[in-house]
Amino acid sequence: MTPDLECDALTKRFGAALAVDDVSFSVPPGSFFSILGPSGCGKTTIMRMIAGFLAPSGGDIRIKGRSVLDVPPNKRPVNMVFQHLALFPMMNIADNIGYGLRRKGLPRAEITRKVGEVLERIGLPDIATRKVEELSGGQKQRVAIARCMVLEPDVLLLDEPLGALDLKLREHMKIELKALQAAFDTTFVYITHDQSEALVMSDQIAVMNAGRFEQVGTAQELYYRPETAFVAGFVGDSNRWSGRVETASGGTLGLRTEGGLLMQATAHGRPLATGDRAEIYVRPEAIRLARQDADLAQFDNRLSGRVTSLLFNGAASRILVQSDQGGPEIEVTLPQSGEFADLGRGDAVHIGWSGAQSNCFARTGAA
Amino acid sequence: MQAHARLGFILLLTPLLLWLSLLIIIPHIDMALLSLRERVGVAQYETSPANYLTFFGEPLYLRTFMRTAVMSILATAITLLIAFPVSFYIAKIARGRVQSALFLLCLVPFWVSELVRTFGWMILLRETGVISSLLQYLGIASGPVEMLYNDAAMMVGLVYTSMLFMVVPLVTTLQSLDDAVIEAGYDLGGSGPSVLREIIIPHATPGIVAGSIVVFMLSLGNYLTPTMLGGKDSLWFTQLIYSQFIVRFNWELGAAFGFMLLILSSVIVWAMLRLTGQTLEKTMG
Amino acid sequence: MKPLNTLKLTASALALCVAGLAQSASAETLRLLTWGGYAPEDVIAAFEAETGHKVEVTLSNNEEMIAKLRATGGGGFDLAQPSQDRITGPQEEFGIYKPMDLSKIDESQFIASMLAATKANTTVGGEVYGVPHVWGTSGLVVDTAKAGSVKDYTDLCSADVAGKVSYRLKRPTLIGFAFAMGMDPFAAYGDEAAYSEIMAKVEAKLKECKPNVKTYWSGGDELMNLVRSGEVVASMAWDTGGWKLNSDNPDITFVAPASGALGWIDTFVLPAKGQADQAAYDWINYVMRPDVAAKITESAGNFTASKGADEYASAELKAQYQASFPPEAVDNIKWYPPVPAGLEAIEGGVLDRVQAH
Repeated sequence: MTPDLECDALTKRFGAALAVDDVSFSVPPGSFFSILGPSGCGKTTIMRMIAGFLAPSGGDIRIKGRSVLDVPPNKRPVNMVFQHLALFPMMNIADNIGYGLRRKGLPRAEITRKVGEVLERIGLPDIATRKVEELSGGQKQRVAIARCMVLEPDVLLLDEPLGALDLKLREHMKIELKALQAAFDTTFVYITHDQSEALVMSDQIAVMNAGRFEQVGTAQELYYRPETAFVAGFVGDSNRWSGRVETASGGTLGLRTEGGLLMQATAHGRPLATGDRAEIYVRPEAIRLARQDADLAQFDNRLSGRVTSLLFNGAASRILVQSDQGGPEIEVTLPQSGEFADLGRGDAVHIGWSGAQSNCFARTGAA
Repeated sequence: MQAHARLGFILLLTPLLLWLSLLIIIPHIDMALLSLRERVGVAQYETSPANYLTFFGEPLYLRTFMRTAVMSILATAITLLIAFPVSFYIAKIARGRVQSALFLLCLVPFWVSELVRTFGWMILLRETGVISSLLQYLGIASGPVEMLYNDAAMMVGLVYTSMLFMVVPLVTTLQSLDDAVIEAGYDLGGSGPSVLREIIIPHATPGIVAGSIVVFMLSLGNYLTPTMLGGKDSLWFTQLIYSQFIVRFNWELGAAFGFMLLILSSVIVWAMLRLTGQTLEKTMG
Repeated sequence: MKPLNTLKLTASALALCVAGLAQSASAETLRLLTWGGYAPEDVIAAFEAETGHKVEVTLSNNEEMIAKLRATGGGGFDLAQPSQDRITGPQEEFGIYKPMDLSKIDESQFIASMLAATKANTTVGGEVYGVPHVWGTSGLVVDTAKAGSVKDYTDLCSADVAGKVSYRLKRPTLIGFAFAMGMDPFAAYGDEAAYSEIMAKVEAKLKECKPNVKTYWSGGDELMNLVRSGEVVASMAWDTGGWKLNSDNPDITFVAPASGALGWIDTFVLPAKGQADQAAYDWINYVMRPDVAAKITESAGNFTASKGADEYASAELKAQYQASFPPEAVDNIKWYPPVPAGLEAIEGGVLDRVQAH
C-alpha cells in the first residue's frame, strides 16, 4: 500500500545551521503520526516543508507516491491546522469553512451543503453565521479542523494546535482529536513538544532532536524500549545515573554509578562492554517500595533509604527517597493500594527493581 | 472624598474644554456668523445668505470646488496604491533593522519643511532641472522638457507629501495581521490575488480608511503644493479662500468658502465610511 | 451679539497670551510692518544706538499688511508701509489706521511734490494718513537678446515668445494690460460699470494669452530664478528686479513699457492701535535723512522720497535707472491713484476666472 506521506532524506539548511538533517519516514494511510521534540528541534521546519511554505535543501517529499516539491502550497493535497488556528477573523464560520471550496470554484449550493455537513460532523451545526471571536477555544479548534477537512486533503498537518488551550480542555481535545481523526479517516501528522499529547493520540511517534529523528515507533515502544538516551530521557520520567560497566556477561550487566552504587541491568541487545561509560534509566513506576528488605527478595537491585519528600498528585503520586548508600534522590511511584498511606517524611523504606526494567545506554561524547 | 474626585475631574477637563471652545468652537461660530454677512456699502453689513448664493451662482467657484474634491480623491487613491505595497513590504517582508530603516526612510522627507520639500520637486521637474537635463544628456529628449506647472506635477507633490500618513496606519494594521492567517489563506487553496482580496484587504480596511481620510483631508487643505507645483492652470479651493481673505479683503465670502470646504470634507469622509462599512470609532480607535 | 464683537473677544483672548510678552517690552519698541529691504540691519542698529528705541521688523506685502491689521483692528504694529493707493479704501472700510501728526515730521527732508501727492492721495475725512517713503515702478523685465521684440505688456502674448513669458496674477497686471490695450483704467476708478467693462476686455485678452505663459509668478525670488535660468525671457516685474538681473547679465534689463510704467509709492502709516507713535515718528525722520535714505536705496534697490539722497546713490544704480527711464518714459509713468473700496471684488473675479480658464 502506498504511504500517504513519505519523506526521503529530507534536509533543510538555514545558512550554516542545519535545521533538518537527513530525515526519512513514511506515514501509512489513515494513521495518526506525531513528531515529538523540544522546541527548536526542527519539527516545525519539517511541517512547513510538507505544507510547502519552505523549500527543502535536499531530499524529497511524496504524497500518495507523487513528489510535491514543485507544487505550490495552494495546490498541495495537504492542509494545515496552525498553532493559533489562524481562523479568518474577517469572515463568519461558514465563510471560513467555505473558503477553500470557494477557491476551488465549487457552486454556491454545493459549498453550503458541504459546510453544513462538516459542521454536523464536528457537532456544531448551529454556528454557521457566528463570528470567530464568539466561539470558545474548543469550538475554534474544531472549526479549524473542519475548515481543512472539508477539502478532503490526503494529509492533515497539525502544528501544536492544543498549545493555547487550558489544561482541562487540552485533555478533552486530545480524545476528541483522536475521535475526529478516526471519523474522517484521514492521515494526521501532528507536531508537538508535549509527550502526553503524542503518546495518547498517535499510532506512530517520531522523537526528534537537533534536526534528526532519534526513534520512530509506537507509544509503547518509545516508552518501554527507548533506543537512545535522549528518547529515554524525553519520553516519560526516569531516574538517571551515570556509571561504568564493571561486568558484562550474557546480556546482564553490572554497573557502578559515580556515587558508588552497584547496579544490575539487562543490556537489551545494546552493545555495552566492560569498562564502557554508561547512562542508566529507571522509571519511577518500575521501582517497588517496601517496609522490609525481605519483601523485595525477587529484585536484583535493592536499596534502603529515607523518604525526603511526598509528591502527592492523585493517581500519579510519588515519593523521593534518599538512599543510605548515597547518590541522587530517587523518584518512586507510590502504590495506590493504601498500604503506604501513612508514609511520612523521614520514614525508613526499602526499594528495589529488576535489572530487566532498566535501560542502559553507552555514554557518547567527551562527557 | 467624592468632592475631591469631582474637583479633580473638573480640573482635568478644563484644559480640554478651553482648548475646544477657544480654538475650535468659538472661531467656527464666528466664521459662521461672518459668512452670513453681506457688505451693502462702505463699512455697512447686513445678515443674508448672499455669500453662499455667490458661491453657488458662480460656476468658477463650483468648478474649483469640485475639481479640488476630485483631485484630492485621486491623490488619495494614488497614494493608497503606492503606499499599500510599500507598507506590506515594511510590515510583513522586511525584518529587524531593514524594517526600521525603511520606516525611517518614509519619515525622512518630513524632517525638512513642506516648502523645502516642494522646492525640491521644483528643482527636479523644472525645464532647466535635473530630470530634464538627464533626459537630454541621455539623448531621450532633444530639447528641454517642462514637467512643472501642470496637474501631474501637482499630483506628484500631493502624493509625496501624503505618503507617510498612509504608510503609518497601513503598517500598523498589517503588522497586526498574523502571518499564519495569510499562510492559511494559501494553504487552503488561495492564490496571491484572492488572499489579498479576501484576507489582507478586509483586515487592513480600518487602516486603509484611516489613512485615506487623513490623506484626503491633507490634500483638500493643501495650499503650498498646488500653488508652487500646479502653476497657472491649477486653481485649488484653498487658494480661493486665501485670496478672498488676504487679497480681496472679502472675509465674508472667504468664510462662506471655508464652510463649504468643511461641509465637503465631512460629506466625503462620511460617504467613504459608509461605503466601506466602517465607523469613525473603529477607524480612529 | 454682532459677529465682529465675537471676533474681537476671541482675538483679545488670544492676544492676552501674546500680550504678556509684548507688553513687558519697553513702550519704546517700534513694531515695524514693512517690505523686504526697507529696514536694513545697519540702519536699525544705528537708529537704536541714536534714539534708544528698539525695532522689531515683520516683512510682508500690501495685501498681507492690510489683512493683518484688519484681523486685529489695527493693532499689533506701530508703523506700517502699504502703498499709497491702498490706504483710503481700507481706512474707509475697516478703520485700521490713525491720522498722522504732520507737526512731528520733518517735511523739509521730503521731495515736496511727492509729499504733496501722497498727502492728497491718503486723505480721508480731511485727515492725512500717509507720507511717502520708497517709490518705484513696475514694467517689463526683458532678455533683450532673446526677446527684443517685447516693448509693451501685450507683446508678452506674441507668438515669438510663446511659453517663455510670465507675469503675476495680481491687479498690476490687469492695470498694465488695460493701458497697453489703449484704455485708461485709472480714469474709470470712480465708475464701477466702466471699470467692469475694461476688466472684461482685459480678462478676454489674458485668457487668450494664457497658453503663452509658462507660469504665473508669485514671489520676487521665483521670478529671478525663472529669468536667470533662461526659462523665462520676458515678464512683468518691478524695476529693481530687472536691475538686479542686469548686474548679473547685461542682456537682461528693466524696460519701461511703451504704454507707460506703473508708478507706486510705499508710505508710512500709523496703525489705529499703534502704541509707540513717538518711536514711529523718530523712525520716519531718521530714515528720511539723505544719507540713511541712500542706504535703504542700496538695500531695497529703489529710490526714496528723501530730498538729496540721489547724491549718495551708487553710480551703477543711477546708470541702470537712466537706461530704463529716458526722460519721456519718466513723464509717461502712470502713478496709481487710490483704489476705491470695492474694486478689488471686480478684479478678483477676473483673476480667478483667468486662472481657472
